Amino acid sequence: MLPFTLEKVTSVQAAIAAASSGRRFIAGGTTLIDLMREEVDQPAHLVDINALPLSEIRIEGSDLVIGALARMTDIAAHAGVQRLHPLVAESLVEGASPQLRNMASIGGNLLQRVRCPYFRMHDAPCNKRSPNSGCAAIDGLNAGHAILGTSNHCAATHPSDVAVALVALDATMQVRGPRGERTFPVEELFRLPGDTPHLEHTLLPGELILAVRIPGGPDSRRARYLKVRDRASYEFALVSAAAALDVEDGVIRQARLAVGGVGTRPWRLRTVEKALIGKPLDRKIFETAARLALEGARPLSGNHYKLELLPRTIVRALEMAGEAA
Amino acid sequence: MKNDERLTDGAVETEEQRGGLSRRSILLTVGGVATLAAVSEVAAQPISERPPSASTGRVRLVVNGRQHELDLDPRRSLLDVLRETLDLTGTKKGCNQGACGACTVLLNGRRIVSCLTLAAMHDGAEIKTIEGLETNGELHPLQAAFVEHDGLQCGFCTPGQIMSGIGCIAEGHAGSPDEIRFWMSGNICRCGAYPGIVAAVADAAKGA
Repeated sequence: MLPFTLEKVTSVQAAIAAASSGRRFIAGGTTLIDLMREEVDQPAHLVDINALPLSEIRIEGSDLVIGALARMTDIAAHAGVQRLHPLVAESLVEGASPQLRNMASIGGNLLQRVRCPYFRMHDAPCNKRSPNSGCAAIDGLNAGHAILGTSNHCAATHPSDVAVALVALDATMQVRGPRGERTFPVEELFRLPGDTPHLEHTLLPGELILAVRIPGGPDSRRARYLKVRDRASYEFALVSAAAALDVEDGVIRQARLAVGGVGTRPWRLRTVEKALIGKPLDRKIFETAARLALEGARPLSGNHYKLELLPRTIVRALEMAGEAA
Repeated sequence: MKNDERLTDGAVETEEQRGGLSRRSILLTVGGVATLAAVSEVAAQPISERPPSASTGRVRLVVNGRQHELDLDPRRSLLDVLRETLDLTGTKKGCNQGACGACTVLLNGRRIVSCLTLAAMHDGAEIKTIEGLETNGELHPLQAAFVEHDGLQCGFCTPGQIMSGIGCIAEGHAGSPDEIRFWMSGNICRCGAYPGIVAAVADAAKGA
């Protein structure tokens, strides 16, 4: 690990001032320390933000507001989260080992870096780690990689589970920077790789995530997260799906759906959602709608299986959501 | 070691406190030389024209009830400080990237992987390691259950398994073998002693 300075801040204002002068935030550290040890990430100055008063989880009207520093464990175990947004709790519990969930913050979870093996392999090209060096995954080992939103320069998936749930539920994030505060959909935090895969998110220099806000809706209790992976627990998703359904008299009034493990960012599926509205809870309907998820899919040499696994995962997640109450 | 004693960062102090060279302190000293060589090699490259990490000032850690005041290079993980500075080598370094759970300790009562956190970020924290479990020569009930149920073969993952198991039981997630398997999945056992580990956690949970 290269030398760096470490300072602590106790106010949001001081944190933003430090970040505006090029310092980097550290919260749970579970991604950053690992990457610094491998010298994949090389910040020279870190600011420890754990003392900031941003860990609160509260309910405002029908909204759930989660402070950026709230730990995954605490969010998943919160009675209000379990009652209002079981999908969020479920995606968090499936998201990492208990030890990591005790450490990782929701803000850091959203900003975690990709798990493409070449990203941390210094002797392989990687456009994320070293812009314009090439992508070893496109013609390399790419069974875990994305089929949606890829470019010729990068096909790494976004690894977060809870981000998939938040994108499905139209969550927003509240951030503050040197120019003030702004709020935008979590979905817009993530960039597509395009020609600039090293640019991963849309935060401006100096901006700090304050909170994530999840609006309540008629579908938020009939919502489930399904994660398909190589092991039964503590493994990244091959494919995952977050599905929320608003059903009245057996007819779908509203559907919200996002998937993970297949996209270069958490992937909302609005075409599939539209195809479900006004339809009954029926497997055949789900199967037809789920095929629409493959629009624009570009498989690589090792991940054709996701073309089949993705629609099947969607169908199962919709069935699970339909059965939830 | 007395309470409240002040340790500086590194191996030499440890060796002096122990009043002589042990096998471990020789290894530490040799390791220190290797590290210095590596640093000067890196220093020839432009990337590392960085000043060395400054100490973050005194960091107080309460480890197994003993208070320590340390001057730490901010790069040092909690795991390395426990093992190399405080000589608490029960906590193991497996993958050193948060994947195997061998380095699990309790930080302020919660299980964490000590390899993925910087010791300097935990001023004032209470840490419990495997060395802190026994009381008056009596094994902790979960330690005893690991013995009873053969919850190990080579034993390398065992301290992490036990610290994680204590967390799992305290969190209320040891209600069934399936639940234990899920909530202990952050601890890998390459010998495959999982049936014994699950039985030990289940057994200790009954008495908890």
